[in-house]
Amino acid sequence: MTGNIVGNWRIGLVAAVLLLLVGCGGGEDGLTRVQQGNLDGVLHFGNGTEPEGLDPHIVTGVPENRIVSALFEGLVTKNPETLEVEPGVAETWEISEDGTLYTFHLRDNARWTNGDPVTAVDFHWSWNRILEPELGAQYNYNLFPVVNAEEYANGTIEDFSQVGVTVLDDYTLQVQLKTPTPYFLQLLDHYSTFPVHRPTIEAYGTMSDRLSPWARAGNMVSNGAFDLTEWQINSHIRVEKNDTYWDADEIDLNAIVFYPTENLVTEDRMFRDGQLHRTQEIVLDRIPVYRAERPEIVHIEPWLGTYFYMFNTTKPPFDDVRVRKALAMSIDRNLLDESVMQGIVEPAYALVPPGTLGYQPPKTFEQSADRARELLAEAGYPNGEGFPEFEILYNTQESHRRMAVAIQQMWASELNIMVTLVNQEWKVYLENQDNLNYDISRRGWIGDYVDPNTFLDMYVTDGGNNKTGFSDPRYDEIILREAPATLDRDARYELYREAETILMEAMPILPVYTYTTKHLIDPSVKGMPVNIMDHVNYKYIWLDPDA
Amino acid sequence: MWRFIAFRTLQAIPVILTVITVTFFLVRVAPGGPFSSEKAVSPQVEAALERQYRLDLPMYQQYFTYLADLAQGDMGPSFNFPGQRVDELILQGLPITAELGLYAMLVAVVIGVLAGVIAALKPNSIQDYIPMSLAMVGICMPTFLLGPLLVLVFGIWFDWLPVSGWGSSPGDKILPSITLGAMYAAYIARLSRSGMLEVLSQDYMRTARAKGLPGHVVVIKHALRGGLLPVISYLGPAFAGLLSGSFVVETIFQIPGLGRFYVQAAFNRDYTMILGTTTFLATLIVLFNLLSDFLAAWLNPRLRYQFSKGK
Repeated sequence: MTGNIVGNWRIGLVAAVLLLLVGCGGGEDGLTRVQQGNLDGVLHFGNGTEPEGLDPHIVTGVPENRIVSALFEGLVTKNPETLEVEPGVAETWEISEDGTLYTFHLRDNARWTNGDPVTAVDFHWSWNRILEPELGAQYNYNLFPVVNAEEYANGTIEDFSQVGVTVLDDYTLQVQLKTPTPYFLQLLDHYSTFPVHRPTIEAYGTMSDRLSPWARAGNMVSNGAFDLTEWQINSHIRVEKNDTYWDADEIDLNAIVFYPTENLVTEDRMFRDGQLHRTQEIVLDRIPVYRAERPEIVHIEPWLGTYFYMFNTTKPPFDDVRVRKALAMSIDRNLLDESVMQGIVEPAYALVPPGTLGYQPPKTFEQSADRARELLAEAGYPNGEGFPEFEILYNTQESHRRMAVAIQQMWASELNIMVTLVNQEWKVYLENQDNLNYDISRRGWIGDYVDPNTFLDMYVTDGGNNKTGFSDPRYDEIILREAPATLDRDARYELYREAETILMEAMPILPVYTYTTKHLIDPSVKGMPVNIMDHVNYKYIWLDPDA
Repeated sequence: MWRFIAFRTLQAIPVILTVITVTFFLVRVAPGGPFSSEKAVSPQVEAALERQYRLDLPMYQQYFTYLADLAQGDMGPSFNFPGQRVDELILQGLPITAELGLYAMLVAVVIGVLAGVIAALKPNSIQDYIPMSLAMVGICMPTFLLGPLLVLVFGIWFDWLPVSGWGSSPGDKILPSITLGAMYAAYIARLSRSGMLEVLSQDYMRTARAKGLPGHVVVIKHALRGGLLPVISYLGPAFAGLLSGSFVVETIFQIPGLGRFYVQAAFNRDYTMILGTTTFLATLIVLFNLLSDFLAAWLNPRLRYQFSKGK
């Protein structure tokens, strides 16, 4: 029939169009983005989520940090192998006997990307900016060890000259601390303490204007190893080697392109397709496959972070320490590691991850279902009888659900108690935690700097990050007064061990495992060691096309 | 006809205003705020943040300030991207989403109309069943399944096409366009099949054949015009749907379009961004519905007649 002829003719046309489209798409030159990058010295970096911004004083996230630390440099930087501080803008520094007075000698060849010298005045103005109450900088507390910094940020004093930061001359900056804060140098590699370029900020707004566009490509002036050249939101951020950087001769990379890779599966495909040198994550289910087929690209290392559950200690039955202990002792962390986490994590029995620059957390309890049942019986629930129904709250994510299901099973079989699982969208989950509107909630914490304090100061009485109702006067005394005043590292760690023992004996939290960082890294990437902070120092990276 | 256009346009204004008002208050009663984060925020910092975004004003005042700004084309600063304005972000994402929508539409129309026409020419035969079953699969298959499947086959196994990106490597626009267009192609196939069937059974078709016109001329010149009417009135809403519904495809393929802004904004409680994108998309949807109404009225004498007499 005529209809058939028409149909066939059309089908042919469609086939032709489709073939044409497909033909256009073939990578005829044969080089993937990674291979091309290896030749051009361009690193393609999967960076998790889209950064909210690049103003070092306003951003708060990890993806932001990884870009900001390529663009700016603080007084010190960190060695990617050891995480010990190395000179940054400051060439040398002295610390007074009592550990409270720091004198930084800035190098005279540090430059902004527009050629201006980086001086002590820049740091003074920048620290003033982040402490400015109107800016609303969430990480301003990193400078609170400095005399009067907290008072200025809270508005109790209004004269910044009373804050313990003094410009002795263009290249000498003096910082007076309230108490010797042994991890203070570590903080100076945190973006909240980075310098920003005053003339640029004032060209686009005032000192405390959050909404100013100064930190965009084309506007930004920075002082780091790289210069911001392109930023297309939700697509990529490109930074290029900054020739005015004082150590530019040592930089091998010509450029870095950061990609927001929110969707883990997409990121995985991008890596397999040769579009990324490095992924931010590895899809959990694919780990065994990669380990078997391409072990050289799998990089799984301990991370300075703990995955835990927390109890609402203001609410029965979790106001009873015996109940909390029973729940903590009855879960089999090794089994959770094997069954849920593909065997890549370390079971945790305390809050601080082991090996935080030499600190070893106490182990106050062992897994013991028998002891757990005894404790539960002592608390008035023999064999789980009469135990009220309760909920585990977690933010919506598949891996958290799997963990909660496994723990639910363990409590049911070992203690004969029933728990329901509740997942909530991130912001709702946060709000319910803040209001102590939960029974047990999943939580994680990643350290800001390498010191036990970044974990332990969460649980001071009424601390903003406490969220459990836990309170202990001796604990507060150690964390707030004794430890910060103790100069000797061993003595201080001893105090932290005492505090952490108090915490774990009261058990407002139930540690589950120590986080690991999981990256796929192309073998061509050299000089990017994986470390406990997941810290990347781009100065050390080079690409080897022959690897 | 002009009365019809004026009437429908006026009708659109209260619709858009209602969308703005409802969205404005809904986002503010949603639990969690734009500044809540995992790390505690001190009260001083929170107060400063609220002042910077005028959240310290009474609610009604915020509402009227917002409306006044909006009337001047200012959608306010984004909460989630400090230093970026909502209107700028929308303008940045729109061309990409529109381009994606356009290609998806092209895919949908070409494949859909062809499949529908082919099926209608020989109803209840194998030539009908195959395209229509495929269309059924297309309607049922969600984009979050189709996208990764296409990527797996054409991106990873055959290695013909890039697995992600938009305009950064040759051919990377093909898979997203097909993924997004597939469902609409399926709808269009069913619509054009039924439209064609109705037309093909009309008397004037027999007349056309009887006067000895070749088959393809009959179909293309006479049948298509009437048979595709339902498709045309579907195009407006479909295009609006493509623009507002591209989020999943944009996420799968790492495309920096409007859809991702929209959904990210909701999760982050980026009040101004939620409002801006919702208002913008609502306006678009209303606009496209209007356009397709006008187009249908212009093409369909029956409707045109009804309006010039009735209202």
